[in-house]
Amino acid sequence: MAGATATSYTDKVLVTDEVAEFSDAVVAEMRSHLDKYPAERSRSALIPLLFVIQRERGWIDNPGVNFLAKFLDLEVTDVWETATFYSMFNLRPVGRHHIQICKTLSCKIMGEPEITEHICSKLGIHPGETTEDGKFTVSLVECLGSCGTAPMMQIGFDYHEDLTVEKVDKILEACK
Amino acid sequence: MEIKAIGCEPLQLKMMHVKDGHTLKVYKDHGGYAALEKALKMAPGDVIEEVKTSALRGRGGAGFPTGMKWSFVPKDSPKPKYVVCNADESEPGTFKDRYLMERDPHALIEGMAIAGHALGSKTGYIYTRGEYKYLIDIMDVAIAEAREAGLLGKNILGSGHDFDIHTHTGAGAYICGEETALLSSLEGFRGHPRMKPPFPAVEGLYACPTVVNNVETLTAVPQIINMGGLAWRDLGTEKSGGTKLWSVSGHVKKPGVYELPMGYKDLEKFILEDCGGMLRDDKKLKACIPGGSSVYIMNAEQIVGKGVTMDYEGLVAGGSSVGSGGFIVMDETVDIMESTKNLTEFYKHESCGWCTPCREGTDWLVKIFNRISIGEGRPEDAQLMLDICDNIEGKSFCPLGDAAAWPIQSAIKQFPGDFKKWLAGKANGVVEANV
Ligand SMILES: Cc1cc2nc3c(=O)[nH]c(=O)nc-3n(C[C@H](O)[C@H](O)[C@H](O)COP(=O)(O)O)c2cc1C
Ligand code: SF4
Ligand code: FES
Repeated sequence: MAGATATSYTDKVLVTDEVAEFSDAVVAEMRSHLDKYPAERSRSALIPLLFVIQRERGWIDNPGVNFLAKFLDLEVTDVWETATFYSMFNLRPVGRHHIQICKTLSCKIMGEPEITEHICSKLGIHPGETTEDGKFTVSLVECLGSCGTAPMMQIGFDYHEDLTVEKVDKILEACK
Repeated sequence: MEIKAIGCEPLQLKMMHVKDGHTLKVYKDHGGYAALEKALKMAPGDVIEEVKTSALRGRGGAGFPTGMKWSFVPKDSPKPKYVVCNADESEPGTFKDRYLMERDPHALIEGMAIAGHALGSKTGYIYTRGEYKYLIDIMDVAIAEAREAGLLGKNILGSGHDFDIHTHTGAGAYICGEETALLSSLEGFRGHPRMKPPFPAVEGLYACPTVVNNVETLTAVPQIINMGGLAWRDLGTEKSGGTKLWSVSGHVKKPGVYELPMGYKDLEKFILEDCGGMLRDDKKLKACIPGGSSVYIMNAEQIVGKGVTMDYEGLVAGGSSVGSGGFIVMDETVDIMESTKNLTEFYKHESCGWCTPCREGTDWLVKIFNRISIGEGRPEDAQLMLDICDNIEGKSFCPLGDAAAWPIQSAIKQFPGDFKKWLAGKANGVVEANV
């Protein structure tokens, strides 16, 4: 796995006690999530906060989890328990552009295999892998709620729909 | 992609093609928030009665009568009460809620605020799937607009009633669409379902009375209050009131989101005319899944010339069900063994792992499908798969297990030929023995 570090919890290599640090602005953003829930229910903010960690650190890493445990007054294992359940949390580093191609039925019958094949051969990787320069990761994912505009993929949080090979080429070229 | 109403005036889709329809100003210009104003002057019990009269049934998939669900919330509970909007929308083939939130966010806010008044709740949460981040951004802007205008927050519209809404996202887990798993997830835990009873109406979010409703269910509420429950019900049939959105994908010329009156006649016309007919003129209709991946698959003989009406009763009589209204249309190029394998992989991936029949069963089913698809199918595999389905259906902790079994059971029943050719022990379906 390109770029996997020895501090990854899921690789069970090493668990670090290091605690991530964030700018005041990011901490303030995190606090604003807490306001949505009753004071004694701050754990409710865990998923939104894990997204902040992932955005700031690129993936759900050990120091980021340690930070959240302190921030929400939870055990580190509580945070991992939740983080490891949800498929959108990357427990390993991913490329700068995370290409997620929908492989579920509507996309499948509307041309997903050709799109996947095109992207993977263009980038020289298989689904689940990251390019050597760390620019792209390709994943196959389940239905993203765009079946009427199949085939489709999501890069980061952006939806790209009604895909054709030509359209894919343009989208990839626009990725810096 | 089409977004339009057929056989009725657009109600749910009223704002879809209106420029800036997502803004408070334009929404109000089109009569928005009149229903909230009206509802705030009604007694909460009367609002619930109106929803009962409308025969509105939940649009999330289970079709439970909404008014009845609301009436289960205890009136005398000292605990806070919650209105939770289920915007998880992860059922394969379903993509209607997305457009409602994108283009008509104030209808959802208005529906939730009316529900808040009816139930005596001060707080609502909108739980969207994590991938729908752009919708959260749209909803947050609309919520801020509504707060600013005194439509949310303290003492809304001078009624003395407080109600506010917060957005919350999941992070990629189909099971979090199941209402109790959604609540676990909203509390910051893994998305495991909870034992029912107690039902969320009695013990839901933070063990407080909670109503969980789908986006489309909640956006129907302002219409019901505006026109009256009876008039809304009469748009559809006596048992299936109102209009309903259908998401259509797959091999049709015009995929899209269609609003139809309940009881629309009929399924064949809908696919072959309204949706533009088959994508490729020389390819025949082979199969249709009318209610999202979890309902029974139908073959062409069950549709063509059968006059299946599109409502809860009609689709059950026709051999399937309404589910989430997610249509997947397949032409003769699709192999139903392969399409069923695809859906089974989905359920295996999405099984939350809490209970053994579903966790292990879906895993075994995928293993068998994998073996079949490399040409090592055996004649006894069909029965083996049905036996495994039998050990999942009705024996798992939540309905996801049933949802994994139904596509397989119905596919083997309706498309025996597509399985037999793979199970003859010959590679890759090339030799069509025993068909
Ligand atoms: C596995 C599973 C997934 C579900 N996914 C959704 C969903 O994405 N959206 C939804 O509204 N309901 C979903 N439901 C149905 C909910 O449990 C619940 O019945 C619904 O949100 C109630 O709202 P309604 O009465 O307005 O339909 C799902 C149910 C199951 C068992
Ligand atoms: S049926 Fe499946 S999804 Fe539901 S609780 Fe059991 S393992 Fe989880
Ligand atoms: S099947 Fe691909 S988005 Fe739904």
